[in-house]
Amino acid sequence: MSDLPETASQTAGPYVHIGCTPNFAGITGVYDEDLGAQMITGDVSGERITLTGQIFDGTSTPLRDAMVEAWQADAGGLYAGQDGADPHFTGFGRCACDQDSGAFTFETVKPGATPWPQGGMQAPHITLWIVARGINLGLHTRVYFPGDPALETDPVLGRIEHRVRVQTLIAEAEKDGVYRFNIHLQDPEETVFFDV
Amino acid sequence: MSDTKIPQGGYAARQPGHHPVALYPPYRTSVKRSPQAAPLSFPTSIGEESGPVFGHDLLGPLDADLLHNFAQDGASAIGPRIIVHGKVRDQFDRPVSGALIEVWQANAGGRYRHKKEGYIAPLDPNFGGCGRTITREDGSYEFRTVLPGPYPWPNGPNDWRPAHIHFSLFGAGFAQRLITQMYFEGDPLIWRCPIVGSIGDKSAVERLIAPLDMNRTVPMDARAYEFNIILRGRRQTMFENRMEGL
Ligand SMILES: [Fe+3]
Repeated sequence: MSDLPETASQTAGPYVHIGCTPNFAGITGVYDEDLGAQMITGDVSGERITLTGQIFDGTSTPLRDAMVEAWQADAGGLYAGQDGADPHFTGFGRCACDQDSGAFTFETVKPGATPWPQGGMQAPHITLWIVARGINLGLHTRVYFPGDPALETDPVLGRIEHRVRVQTLIAEAEKDGVYRFNIHLQDPEETVFFDV
Repeated sequence: MSDTKIPQGGYAARQPGHHPVALYPPYRTSVKRSPQAAPLSFPTSIGEESGPVFGHDLLGPLDADLLHNFAQDGASAIGPRIIVHGKVRDQFDRPVSGALIEVWQANAGGRYRHKKEGYIAPLDPNFGGCGRTITREDGSYEFRTVLPGPYPWPNGPNDWRPAHIHFSLFGAGFAQRLITQMYFEGDPLIWRCPIVGSIGDKSAVERLIAPLDMNRTVPMDARAYEFNIILRGRRQTMFENRMEGL
């Protein structure tokens, strides 16, 4: 079959916030609230967590103009829209990085394990998508949780040839319920990004 | 369309040849922000094949009308009035309905409403610069706005962006997530732009250039430009193992 050619990506540029988080950018009165501001919308099931981190460029400077999106299953391992998914959880978060520190933060729940199409289960994880000035094609990565025995058998982690790089996808437990996930765009600690 | 009844498999892999390269030194910011390792591919699973669903109740009545959605009552944005319309399809020519499209752009003078903006062109008090809509059953969408102006940016000694509108798209799956830019037919700045130049394939650039569409022009009101978008698509289940078990 002859496929149609995919539309090319272009950088989100420095003004992505105007379009995606206009209230954050000071453009008020157009949309009631910025999309993805709340992942938890009610009495959610599961363990509430805070996921936070910074994105570092090749000079170890945090990006202050990036936008990060999160997509994840609920505590039971179901994505919003699937039968039985938690009605008080959207699974989708969008965060403009802090303009001083570059930190992104999501108030969410710890996801459950999800099935792998060829059988077995994937370890609980949160998908992140990162766009910014200087990034020509949005970067997909995954946040996994430390100390989870399921990490050993996760089919995606199992594909990482250089095993030392697996660590770049595992968050650090900072204190109760707070997980830090720093992203490095370049060597030596370059985060694993996915072609999905 | 009957295609929706075909059992769907994983998303086809991205077509890297149609996309920009990560590292493109003429676009200076890419030098320290481009990953150096090749991205790792894996067959898509539920997390990549699903995504947030945005219903029409999200949309306000003026969300797709940038001429008026930030304007004072009775006023509208200054500049050449245009309609931007098109269809969103996947690579297998199926319409992508229910896709959220968010757009942002500079005003007619090339100025963004943003505190980090450094261009001296004036703000338009009646133009905010953002809009959004959701594609119809057949994948079609439409915005009303002003033609954005080109603007200078700190890259080379005298770089100017061609006029453009930024587009963000949510398809049915998170794997389809895309941000791109639409350019305008006949703009001589397109082929001088390092951000455009990060796309190596000339035909891929040409597909980002919206032609003037006189069929949709509204007499004494607005010109029209047509911008069609192709997102990745899902293969049918029967192909899945063969395509992805490589
Ligand atoms: Fe721009």
